[in-house]
Amino acid sequence: MLDDFFTRALIAGIGVALTAGPLGCFVVWRRMAYFGDTMAHSALLGVALSLFFQINLLIAVFGVAVVVSLLLLALQRRQSLSADALLGILSHSALAIGLVLVAFMTWVRIDLIAFLFGDILAVTRTDIALIWGGGVLVLAALVRLWRPLIASTVSEDVAEAEGMKPAQTRLLFMLLMALVIAIAMKIVGIMLITALLIIPAATARRFSASPELMAVLASLIGALAVIGGLFGSLSYDTPSGPSIVVAALLLFILSLLPAAGKNTADRAGNQGVR
Amino acid sequence: MLMSNRARRPKAENQLVSLANAGIRRDGRWLVRGVDFSIRRGEVVTLIGPNGAGKSTTAKLAIGVLRPDEGSVARLAGLRVGYVPQKLAIDWTMPLSVRRLMRLTGPLADADLLAALESTGIPHLIDAEVRHLSGGEFQRALLARAIARKPDLMVLDEPVQGVDFAGESALYDLIRSIRTTTGCGILMISHDLHMVMAGTDTVICLNGHVCCRGTPEVVSQSADYLKLFGNSRSLAVYNHHHDHTHLPDGRVMHGDGTVTDHCHPDDGHHHRDAHGHAHDHDHPHHHHHGDHAEAKGEGRA
Repeated sequence: MLDDFFTRALIAGIGVALTAGPLGCFVVWRRMAYFGDTMAHSALLGVALSLFFQINLLIAVFGVAVVVSLLLLALQRRQSLSADALLGILSHSALAIGLVLVAFMTWVRIDLIAFLFGDILAVTRTDIALIWGGGVLVLAALVRLWRPLIASTVSEDVAEAEGMKPAQTRLLFMLLMALVIAIAMKIVGIMLITALLIIPAATARRFSASPELMAVLASLIGALAVIGGLFGSLSYDTPSGPSIVVAALLLFILSLLPAAGKNTADRAGNQGVR
Repeated sequence: MLMSNRARRPKAENQLVSLANAGIRRDGRWLVRGVDFSIRRGEVVTLIGPNGAGKSTTAKLAIGVLRPDEGSVARLAGLRVGYVPQKLAIDWTMPLSVRRLMRLTGPLADADLLAALESTGIPHLIDAEVRHLSGGEFQRALLARAIARKPDLMVLDEPVQGVDFAGESALYDLIRSIRTTTGCGILMISHDLHMVMAGTDTVICLNGHVCCRGTPEVVSQSADYLKLFGNSRSLAVYNHHHDHTHLPDGRVMHGDGTVTDHCHPDDGHHHRDAHGHAHDHDHPHHHHHGDHAEAKGEGRA
């Protein structure tokens, strides 16, 4: 069954989506969309380094994403520039440096489009193993970190005051994010990883009465988008990443239709005054 | 009558938190400096002071959210803290019910959860989404959350902001009773000595440093306090007399203990009109809350 490239892409893509769902919820709740984008863009730098030093692609991408996120944290602490401007600088610089480095290495021929926008033809059995292995690792870590992550998302001060370690939680979250970016790169491509994190989470919001439900729904909606997108990619010969994102967007638009969302939590909450 | 820290030092085993000459600096400016105080079990310490006096900063120093750049802060090992911060902005994209908020930093038995919500008067909002709560309801939920943790030390940073006038004194009564029943220490921040006086053991008047300290009576008479706050305000210990109480869910509890839906069954908006509307329960009225609720409701800045 795994001999078929499309089946491989499907299995890999669903694995990525299931992992990205809960993580994407935190990206939305913590307003880290731009942060995620910056980390993802730095992945191309990882690709270039991996080619140059002949090291494993996944490790190189993960490593660079971690370094960039630590750099961001350090720079934000100094508060010389707004976080927004800082992210803008780092995000595009990382991408540009990656592109320039790849262009310098004239001796290697790489399919840049495949890295930027994903390529279902490129998914190997090893990739599937890495994606599902990494995915299980990320999800298991999220389950263990769940309460401190939710608590520090609501208020780092309260979490800290009441015996948690929000700084450590934040760092672990960055590592998980870097890992997801590394494993998602082949399927959705560097440019669109953030979309796969955010759009399913945003779609799930309307149907969720609890953070836990939103995380699970985001996974399922993401998987649905991957299935739809990959079939579209196959039939219309479009790059897999954009196809998946278009499918996710369609689901998001569907969720906005008036009849689609009947949120029980919303109604219960209407007793409130505001 | 002024209490000094040194006098308390021998009872160190009772101290939950103690700050010694603590100061914190940001961008070359001292936010607070030379802060000295401690909180024992069963003691209510209230920080008062003008805006920017460093009240919240001092509270954060005490519970370890901020680390002192000078001096030291000692906390009892394994101190269990319940914290109501001054500001808490929850991104609306996070679906969070009051029930879930209550369990934010630790598991909680259903009975404790409900009891805490009942004590702050919002058991009916248990499944409401947090983002739909009014400012006052949200404060009640945060206070309930801190109470339900059964902490050794409660740190309440303007816990009644946005709560209407009648509710305000009820919540202060509640805070006072928690201290008596559980014996926890309480560090409270208020800008209104008037309201907290009756339930406070020690008042610390801050303005970048400790201006004065002591019992509420002593502080309210001190020159430093009068300089900061003026003496226009009457500082009689606040006593609240109602022959009926407006419950937070809109019902009314009367002097004889009965509960009805409204003061007057036909009049759902009795808060807005003047006094003197007919009452089937025939009780004289002191409607403080109507106007106050409106005026204070959004003052959360």
